Amino acid sequence: MLLINCPYCGVAAEETELHAGGEAHLKRFGPDSSDDDFTGYLFHRENPKGVHFERWRHVNGCGKWFHAARCTNTLEVFGTYSAQTTEPPKDLLDTLRAKRPGFKWRNIA
Amino acid sequence: MSDVALALGGASFDGLVNIEELAGQGMVTLRGDLSDTTIISAVKDVFGVTLPGTRETAFDGAQGALWMSPDEALLLCPYEEALQRADELSAKLHGSHALVVNVSDARAVFRLKGVMLREVIAKLAPVDMSPDAFTPGMVRRTRMAQVAAAFWMDDANTARIVCFRSVAAYMFGILSVSADDASAVNHFTR
Amino acid sequence: MSTRVHFQGRLINRDRPVSFKFNGTLLNGYQGDTLASALLANDQMLMGRSFKYHRPRGVVASGSEEPNAIVGLGTGNRFEPNQRATTTEIFHGLTATSQNHWPSLNYDVGIVNNLLSRFLSAGFYYKMFIHPRPFWKHIYEPFIRHSAGLGKAPGAESRDADRYEHFYAFCDVLVIGGGVAGLQSALTAARAGAKVLLLEQTAHLGGRAPVDGGTIDGMDPDAWVAKARAELHALPNAQIRTRTMGAGVYDHGYVLGYERLTDHAPEAAGPRHRLWRIRAAQIITATGAIERPLSFAGNDIPGVMLASAVRDYLVNFGVSPGDRTVVVTNNDDAYRTAIALVQAGLKVPAILDARPEGGGALMDEAKSLGIRVETGAAAVKVKGSKCVHSICRGVQAGEGEVLEEIFCDAVAMSGGWSPVVHLWSHCGGKLIWDASQATFRPDHDRAPTSHDGNPFVIASGAADGAFHLNDVLQNAANAGKTAAARVGAEKGDAAASSGEAQGEAPLVPVWMMPQGAKKQLRMKAWLDYQNDVKVSDVQLAAQEGFESVEHTKRYTTLGMATDQGKLSNINGLATLANALGADIPQVGTTTFRPPYTPISMGAIAGEARGDIFQPIRKTPMQGWHEANGAHWEPVGHWRRPYAFPKAGESVHDAVKREVLATRNSLGLLDASTLGKIIVKGPDAGRFLDMLYTNMMSTLKVGKCRYGLMCSENGFLSDDGVVARIDEDTFLCHTTTGGADRIHAHMEEWLQTEWWDWKVWTVNATEQFAQVAVVGPNARKLLEKLGGMDVSKEALAFMDWKDGELAGFPVRVYRISFSGELSYEIAVPANLGRAFWDKLIEAGQEWNITPYGTEALHIMRAEKGFIMIGDETDGTVIPQDLGLDWAISKKKDDYIGKRAQARSHMTDPKRWKLVGLETLDGSVLRDGAYALAEGTNENGQRNTQGRVTSTYRSPTLNKGIAMGLVLNGPDRMGEVIEFTAGGDDIAKAKIVNAVFFDPEGEKQNV
Repeated sequence: MLLINCPYCGVAAEETELHAGGEAHLKRFGPDSSDDDFTGYLFHRENPKGVHFERWRHVNGCGKWFHAARCTNTLEVFGTYSAQTTEPPKDLLDTLRAKRPGFKWRNIA
Repeated sequence: MSDVALALGGASFDGLVNIEELAGQGMVTLRGDLSDTTIISAVKDVFGVTLPGTRETAFDGAQGALWMSPDEALLLCPYEEALQRADELSAKLHGSHALVVNVSDARAVFRLKGVMLREVIAKLAPVDMSPDAFTPGMVRRTRMAQVAAAFWMDDANTARIVCFRSVAAYMFGILSVSADDASAVNHFTR
Repeated sequence: MSTRVHFQGRLINRDRPVSFKFNGTLLNGYQGDTLASALLANDQMLMGRSFKYHRPRGVVASGSEEPNAIVGLGTGNRFEPNQRATTTEIFHGLTATSQNHWPSLNYDVGIVNNLLSRFLSAGFYYKMFIHPRPFWKHIYEPFIRHSAGLGKAPGAESRDADRYEHFYAFCDVLVIGGGVAGLQSALTAARAGAKVLLLEQTAHLGGRAPVDGGTIDGMDPDAWVAKARAELHALPNAQIRTRTMGAGVYDHGYVLGYERLTDHAPEAAGPRHRLWRIRAAQIITATGAIERPLSFAGNDIPGVMLASAVRDYLVNFGVSPGDRTVVVTNNDDAYRTAIALVQAGLKVPAILDARPEGGGALMDEAKSLGIRVETGAAAVKVKGSKCVHSICRGVQAGEGEVLEEIFCDAVAMSGGWSPVVHLWSHCGGKLIWDASQATFRPDHDRAPTSHDGNPFVIASGAADGAFHLNDVLQNAANAGKTAAARVGAEKGDAAASSGEAQGEAPLVPVWMMPQGAKKQLRMKAWLDYQNDVKVSDVQLAAQEGFESVEHTKRYTTLGMATDQGKLSNINGLATLANALGADIPQVGTTTFRPPYTPISMGAIAGEARGDIFQPIRKTPMQGWHEANGAHWEPVGHWRRPYAFPKAGESVHDAVKREVLATRNSLGLLDASTLGKIIVKGPDAGRFLDMLYTNMMSTLKVGKCRYGLMCSENGFLSDDGVVARIDEDTFLCHTTTGGADRIHAHMEEWLQTEWWDWKVWTVNATEQFAQVAVVGPNARKLLEKLGGMDVSKEALAFMDWKDGELAGFPVRVYRISFSGELSYEIAVPANLGRAFWDKLIEAGQEWNITPYGTEALHIMRAEKGFIMIGDETDGTVIPQDLGLDWAISKKKDDYIGKRAQARSHMTDPKRWKLVGLETLDGSVLRDGAYALAEGTNENGQRNTQGRVTSTYRSPTLNKGIAMGLVLNGPDRMGEVIEFTAGGDDIAKAKIVNAVFFDPEGEKQNV
């Protein structure tokens, strides 16, 4: 059972306190978007074996959504960060590049 | 008002700990930036305490504040005063971006008394209840068995647990079962 | 014959006799006995029958690895099948029954399978039951159902008599296993300052060391164990739990511990089992090792036991398996059994050692005691049926020629030891093959890793492949030190205790005895006792092309019984490797999965049973509903009154009465469960415009507006009335089941998409009790209560106002879900019951009638109002329901707008909502399909719509329904056909969905 640090309240929360929210950093496409853009936004998801960026909510806790960078294979959690951002923070990316040289996720590498 | 009826009418249970549904607990939810000085001073004025830090509590007698999230606090006062204080705080924060709601009726509050309270909570919540990990002055929002709850310790032998009013009977049930006299774990005490 | 000897027995208390029943016979044992040791003491070597062939079986091991001695324990509500006699502590009144036999353990007709065993080889299920096809249903399936499954399921009407609980524990270092390795690891880690928790599955610490002998720090192992326990007990940072098995190791240091509190004392109060949900930074698996059987013919005859088990029964329980025990081995350790037996005054006619050169110091000691040792020897076969009669000696290098028949009543066998690597492996720890010890052991370089990417499991002692006593202690201390250092605890002395024990000569791997055994021998050489898998079965599987160990396992069922192959795994895969001509590490192991041994369902459920099986949410008026005979309907975790039948009244009649009373005079509904979410901030209007399909920002303060919410995929997800409280504040009502979901939906968008918008939300659902006062006399009732002005002028339809009624602080919404004059009144929850009582009392003169959800549903259907969950099912968009009026055309965007512009969503062929009226006034079936011409490619009738809501309307006294129909709104008056069960058809006319008061004259007064 996963253990993930909530960056808002500092609790090392076990999975039963959390709600998984799928892929992170989706860009919303609204009424005037093309079918392709909208389909990509609504349905197309990364499914990597390795580094993944995800959304989680500390639902049985402080209630805050946050982001996590996690390895879907080893389950290592590289870090968690604010939900109020469109991209992972630089220090986390540095960590990832050091730990997983050559990783690639969408346009992040 | 004399017609005020608690969810369980003030139920109590004696076992490993004493469990009592508390009457008279006023609760006011504050949503706002807890680091905003206007909000801090308004809370201080109306509830007599300085907003606590992350996962901390602040008390002054019957008045208090519990940290719920970076933008939420639960403010405590006597039940009869809650609505008026909520209005007062709301008025003071007029013009600030904040939401103040009296939730005294929306919750049930249980008080646990006894040295075994850590064990009773540890049967239900995925929280490290050992004395070196959880102490008076802290508050924890989590789940207890299948419902959301928050709890804090007033002192080494007293804890209060808040849950939604509608699940008061369930909360009382799981607490009572966990406090069954014959079920001591003796993990935190020997 | 097995019997109690008059000395030894370190775990039993001969002053405390205990009586128990086995298959109805009263037997005696001593306090401290396991059921297995007590049965042996009563010469009950035969403990069960095997699963497939119903062969007589006796106990083979002494611990949790036992495959044979599994019994049904207890009676009635405490009956449990498949319990291991070796891990069951006896108590006064214990009742055990053996399994897999009929009519009795001694005389079993299923033994006929044994005679057919040549036809029941590997894969027999697959081969035999395929043809002829018609045989399957009437012959094969009943036969398989009758014979499948170990033991007997508890009776369908029985209810577990015990209770269970969970406990969340946290520690730096969790040590699993309380043998000398576990104790040494725990001591080292705790001395370094780490917070340590040690779990031991049995009632006793010390593991095998006190039985195996040697000295630790010059002390007898028992004395050292006592000292270690005392030191751990004195340390404030160490805890020991006995009778607690480390059942499984999971991600990120999560471990389940299974504590058996009252299995040995069922009359004791308190929970029976406690499931420990442990989070440990580091886990040390000090789980010891399991001895392997040897594969020779007749190795399953009662009386053939593991050498270590024979020693355990003798030393721990003072029980001898027989007067004359032949020891068969490929290693030195089994000599300890021979020595112990002889020292106890029993006979060991011979030790058959498969190694050409024999053993080392232990062999010398055995010889010096006068024990005959045959080297290079093999057990060709054991003779006997329900007990051992003799053993035939041959040469290991040969094919099974019998050189000598040795009469004996027990055989102690040892094929070497396998570290218990289960808990190391549960979470991904890898193994390496240790050729010198012929065993898999943990690969330190490939330990399971935790959330931080670092290793979190360390194997200790025999579980790490360290078998000599001193090696065990050194290895264990290292494990403790490493674990402590990883959690930053590095103080104190990390030195290990030193152990002294006789050195051992290396073993020689023996996977078949003798190595060239002929087929008739291999067909009687068992690998998996519990599932009756023999050497010949695995060889056949290999011959038939099942080369993967995972395939062989499933084809032969090797290791798939309740013991999960603890004894058979290594022997089985070595047999497979030999058959394939491959190396053992190439073949690999099957996957080790938790739990280590089965744990009770009760422990998993914990406290969740009876009244606290799940939370039942209750409104402040629940007590009144309960006292007034509510017939309940679950809605989410709420229980809402479906109707309030009076004495002698059917539920159906109650619903009818409630509808008519409300339509004609005055009804009352507990609407407290409706969600009430407060949304505030300068951007609140803008936010609600995105959330709802309607325009909410234009709503005037003091007014209400009905709104629809969709998912980003366009589908209708919730509806409700929004009230504007002040310029910045809205109150959003949601459906009963929707409050938490919609609040979460709001927070998700606010936190993750529009985080720069200034909006706060609070879910205030439970702050208020809410009552709908409904019917032509609703206003009269409120006026009678006194207080605020509730006239049409002061409080018009779709207005809300704060005020007082009968002295209660209230907020009144003039909204209607029934088409009647209706006030929804919110009061603080703690006043809810008093307010309800007041309404009931004051409403008597108008025959005030509380109504339930069914009357609510009927009245809304009569008015053509949709219900989330009836008209919607996650595939319906508002446009399907003719709700275009509630979709703002002025807004650039709302959640779901883009999705609703997709071609499939704008397809004119989407089924649309209409009313349906049967021609004969009957009620359409819920979910019935509207039939169209022709059939689809599957031969099914084409459809053109379906019923979404259907009721008998008491008001109109006929069946009314709503449904989604192809081009429905354009087909008013047309009669179409609906399925009506079987080949029956119901004809219904397409009509306007508003059946009652289409002009809204009743509500707008």
